[in-house]
Amino acid sequence: MPNPIRRVQLFATCLVETIRPQAGLAVVTVLERLGYEVEYPTAQTCCGQPAFNGGAWGEAAPMARFTVDVLSKSDAPVVVPSGSCADMIVHHYPELLVDDPVYLPRAQALAARTYEFAQFLVDVVGLKDVGGSGQGAVTYHASCHLLRGLGVRSQPRALLSHVAGVEVRELDGAEECCGFGGLFAVKMSDISGAMLKTKLDHVIASGAQTVVGCDISCLMHIEGGARKRGLPVTVCHLAELLAAQPPAGVA
Amino acid sequence: MHTSNVTFHERVERALHDDQLHVALQRATGRFTTLRATALASLADPDAVRDRARLIRAHTLNQLDRYLTQFAEQVEAAGGTVHWAPDAAACNRIVLEIARRHGAQRVVKGKSMVSEETELNRDLLAAGLEVIESDLGERIIQLVGEHPSHIIVPAVHKTKEEIGRILHDKLGIPLTTVPEEMTAGVRESLRHDFLRADLGISGVNFGVAATGTVALVENEGNGRLTTTAPRVHIALMGIERLVPTLDDLGVMLQVLARSATGQKLTVYNNLITGPRRPGEPDGPDEFHVVLVDNGRSRVLGTEVAEILYCIRCGACLNACPVYQQMGGHAYGSVYAGPVGAVLTPALGGIDAWPELPHASSLCGACREVCPVRINIPRLLLAQRVETQVAGHSPWWLKVGLPIYSWLVVRPNLFRWAVRLGGFGTRLLGGRERAIRWLPPPLSGWTDHRTFPAFAPKPFSRIMQERRQRS
Ligand code: SF4
Repeated sequence: MPNPIRRVQLFATCLVETIRPQAGLAVVTVLERLGYEVEYPTAQTCCGQPAFNGGAWGEAAPMARFTVDVLSKSDAPVVVPSGSCADMIVHHYPELLVDDPVYLPRAQALAARTYEFAQFLVDVVGLKDVGGSGQGAVTYHASCHLLRGLGVRSQPRALLSHVAGVEVRELDGAEECCGFGGLFAVKMSDISGAMLKTKLDHVIASGAQTVVGCDISCLMHIEGGARKRGLPVTVCHLAELLAAQPPAGVA
Repeated sequence: MHTSNVTFHERVERALHDDQLHVALQRATGRFTTLRATALASLADPDAVRDRARLIRAHTLNQLDRYLTQFAEQVEAAGGTVHWAPDAAACNRIVLEIARRHGAQRVVKGKSMVSEETELNRDLLAAGLEVIESDLGERIIQLVGEHPSHIIVPAVHKTKEEIGRILHDKLGIPLTTVPEEMTAGVRESLRHDFLRADLGISGVNFGVAATGTVALVENEGNGRLTTTAPRVHIALMGIERLVPTLDDLGVMLQVLARSATGQKLTVYNNLITGPRRPGEPDGPDEFHVVLVDNGRSRVLGTEVAEILYCIRCGACLNACPVYQQMGGHAYGSVYAGPVGAVLTPALGGIDAWPELPHASSLCGACREVCPVRINIPRLLLAQRVETQVAGHSPWWLKVGLPIYSWLVVRPNLFRWAVRLGGFGTRLLGGRERAIRWLPPPLSGWTDHRTFPAFAPKPFSRIMQERRQRS
């Protein structure tokens, strides 16, 4: 029997599926390089967070049960390249399914073995340096649900500090919300837009060309805002930097 | 509870385009956030004190009936009078009745959010009384006929330049931008009001059940004068503002001052137990406490009951990025910011306030700073469920979310939908691979950001091909 800790399941999330597959692929690359066998449960879809945060718990519950089923076929730890989706599984599934005697224990068991990607590398694998490579000035945006939901503050920064070829700039208000908030960005568009503007002003002031984060939703929001305003700012998931190897000849 | 008669979205629009407001808010909230962090760090174990503070509030609220009875008995034993006001109208009636009995003409009033809730000033003025707010911030907004936009800094929406101008125009104070000069000017004008007043009305920070003491904290000394100079003192108090003992009060005051203004202790900590006793030089002849329910007892035992732990420190307002952008008035309610977004619908009913629980990105900054660790995002979620059940969602979510939910649990159809979405977004995104314009309601997104075209190959396909290769 293989050592169960050397196997992980990847819950990629709907935004990696649709918008940024390269982030998911980067997660696979890093984990395999570290000797993990990555299972990808093929029936996975979306964790249901938009409905949950919108108050539509009646719609969110079936999505939660479905994802619990999909990720319970194996007992391997689950790695999620998104702070908010991991937080959804870890904290909100057990809340959402609290009255469901069948699914509650399963949701709790799943919650106990679900990790955000950077959290998994540092807290479970025990590595702060997994290498990686990039270029130019970058800055780190701390996504709210990763930071305040899961309590992951230092792990992504530690990993980023070991990426070759990048210069990490401090971001003013790095721990302030970018204004995404799911449906909030559509329903309360102008408030959200004002928050996004503040975030982007800080990014410009930092001098970074690339915003690095651990949640595609915030990154998509920040990138969309930059493009709308014609700002020279791009975004990148932390995993993409960690997966890249320094070009030959550069140590 | 309403402080405005235009719609939520109009108020937000107005606030977001108000540059003065942003200057004022940024100066104030930034300063308070830093001061709070430093002050809290000065405690040997801030987390333990916050835990203790939370426990005290939880314990008190769990046995509120018992502590209310004890408090009322102790107030009476100390020579005070207790009144019970089930709602706003009853509260104002009680105050007016006391005023009438004493033939009062002039009232000085300290800071009291409960009086904002019951719109006491309106009723006092209608009855022909003269009302002077004695708190500097409250006085400023009274002079221009506005409502407070912050629980502890009522005029936070005004820059010091604007305030200097108001004080000059209305009170004849020499034009200045130096806060100390403004304070001195207002203090001078208030002295006369204190001496002429027949009635002093104040709020209450905490009532101590064991002793019948009313605790009132402040930095200007106006609260002390309001409660001691006039012949009659009326303290207005929400029924939830109790702590069991003076020891508990000590814990609460430590976190309140630090969280509110970043002070280790406020300058004036008034502990008032009963009226003036024989032989004492100062104090009122009569001391009344009005215990105001106004919806609170209905909140007990509900999913959002935790909001009653609130000690009105205002830290969540300062920390909130939504509040920082739009200020307090845009909420349209007496209580603004994260606490207001929960408390207002809790007290006034979700049907009157369906937008407020949604005016948050759920970023959790409020929960992080709350001295009594109220899980505000969780309470907002509970209220969002209520708005949803009550049918307040926009039509496109009523239609869209069930379809989305139906698709998510059918992975094959979901993949087809992703493919379809891929075609659509790539078509609309054009060569730039970014959509710049979408029709309403999705225009909400494209007003401030582009939407990316889906990747040419979904992640699941990439993984499938990878597996087939190996
Ligand atoms: S909810 Fe918490 S942070 Fe906000 S005002 Fe009340 S006690 Fe202070």
